[in-house]
Amino acid sequence: MALIEARGLTKEFRIFRRREGVMGAFRDLFQRDYTTLRAVDGIDFVVAEGEMVGYIGANGAGKSTTIKMLTGILVPTAGSVNVNGFIPYKEREKYTRGIGVVFGQRSQLWWDIAVIESFKLLRRIYNVSQEEFKARLKKFDDILEFGSFLHLPVRKLSLGQRMRCDLTAALLHNPAILFLDEPTIGLDVLGKAKIREFLKEINSESKTTVILTTHDLGDIEALCPRVAIIDKGKMLYDGSVDNLYAQWGHDKMEDIVKKIYEGCKPEQYCMIENWGDTHA
Amino acid sequence: MPDHDLPGRSRPVGFGNRFLLYLELVRMEFVNNLAYRSSYFTGIFNYTIQIGAYFFLWDAIYSGRRAIGGLNKEEMITYVIVAWVARSFYFSNLDRRVAVEIRDGKIALELIRPYSYQMVKYARASGEAFFRILFFAVPAGTAIYFIRPFGLPPDWQAGLLFLLAVTGGFVINSQISMIAGFCAFFTQSTSGIFRAKRVIMDLFSGLLLPISFYPGWARDIIKLFPFQTVSYMPNLIYLGKITGGAVLHVILLQLFWVAFLGLVSVLFWRFAVKHVVIQGG
Repeated sequence: MALIEARGLTKEFRIFRRREGVMGAFRDLFQRDYTTLRAVDGIDFVVAEGEMVGYIGANGAGKSTTIKMLTGILVPTAGSVNVNGFIPYKEREKYTRGIGVVFGQRSQLWWDIAVIESFKLLRRIYNVSQEEFKARLKKFDDILEFGSFLHLPVRKLSLGQRMRCDLTAALLHNPAILFLDEPTIGLDVLGKAKIREFLKEINSESKTTVILTTHDLGDIEALCPRVAIIDKGKMLYDGSVDNLYAQWGHDKMEDIVKKIYEGCKPEQYCMIENWGDTHA
Repeated sequence: MPDHDLPGRSRPVGFGNRFLLYLELVRMEFVNNLAYRSSYFTGIFNYTIQIGAYFFLWDAIYSGRRAIGGLNKEEMITYVIVAWVARSFYFSNLDRRVAVEIRDGKIALELIRPYSYQMVKYARASGEAFFRILFFAVPAGTAIYFIRPFGLPPDWQAGLLFLLAVTGGFVINSQISMIAGFCAFFTQSTSGIFRAKRVIMDLFSGLLLPISFYPGWARDIIKLFPFQTVSYMPNLIYLGKITGGAVLHVILLQLFWVAFLGLVSVLFWRFAVKHVVIQGG
């Protein structure tokens, strides 16, 4: 049975378009000009238990919006979504017990207090027993090595250290699904390697399903047998990485992805250097 | 593999555990506030100046008069001091905090947690309130008493009922702040709303002026709102102007407003979250 099943998932935002100049601002007071932006446009996305899926797309393609709908933060405009037996936005308090989320851009830890205090609070929030809590911290520490800064406030940590703590925080309650929104953003080579190693371990050992968005294709190559590519809200490719290589020949993944973002099809030959030609 | 190691088996949380979580949040917020010691020194300084200014103002207003609005000069000075000391306890930044979380998109991190956002916020506000009692209200009240002795409650029952009523005032003030904070879901510029809220609260709660000083028609309007249960009514209990069954009436009125505002904020929250646009990445 599918763990994540989204059908025709759509999210529209209404955007208020400001008019220019003083007169424009004055007119805005009385009549607002809205345009509708379809950030996610009828995508189907089905993931089985234990899978590790890379979810990529250019900036503004709709990745984060999709993740936010899957995690129950945003309510879809249309379509259906069912994750782990729940409709995320409807049964948020029950549903979120079974998921872990990491946003690379912002920390879920308390800024001014020691990391361990945040962990202890999360233990309470998710009702994790003392033994499980200790066992997991120990296990995660073996790979992520956060022992030395566990008693520092989060604001004093480097980005790499903070990310390791954030990952731990998302997994303390052993969730069925882990959503990662750009977990390696801004990290150095070693930091990335450590996080990749950790995610592999978690996925193989605890059978945690992982959905990960990234701009670093190295993450995909290292971790994900399956990749989904989204652009302008539409799903362009959803399948195995091997199949992606096979379709496009012996290209590097970066080149393939560039071509896909450019709107090329595998059958047609197109040079990504010729920016003007590709859309013709 | 032991059963508890299977993913997604986080145990459901009973009422007792939920209570422990909120208690833990109260404790953490208290500790967190201790980290910002410098802010409470400036806070005490601010309150001293405020109370001092009102003392001289009312001293001047009462020159040559016995009683205004049912209060004599000594009662009025006690009223002002008690009102401001109580405010140092029940005041909170809840509105601004909620608005900032909504505006920066940090609210997303709250929505992925299996708890009630509002309960967590109230728990943290309570932690801050405990801090404020210990480090603002009690020291400030004591210091003022030694500088300029003011009236004490007529008996210990009145003192106790006053504390109960102020606690009710704290809950109601927090609820109003929460609802004001939620306005950030719908407008980017909340500063105007907060300023209006502050002026309304200061005027209609009876902090600046006892409600009995207002003309009859204004009192009739103020009666329709929860504001006067925050400051005016608890202060009158302190002064012994509300006694016996009338105290029960005040407490029941507060309970009514707590229920009413609770309902409004839950409905507001549900509506807002459904229509919310989370800002940023």
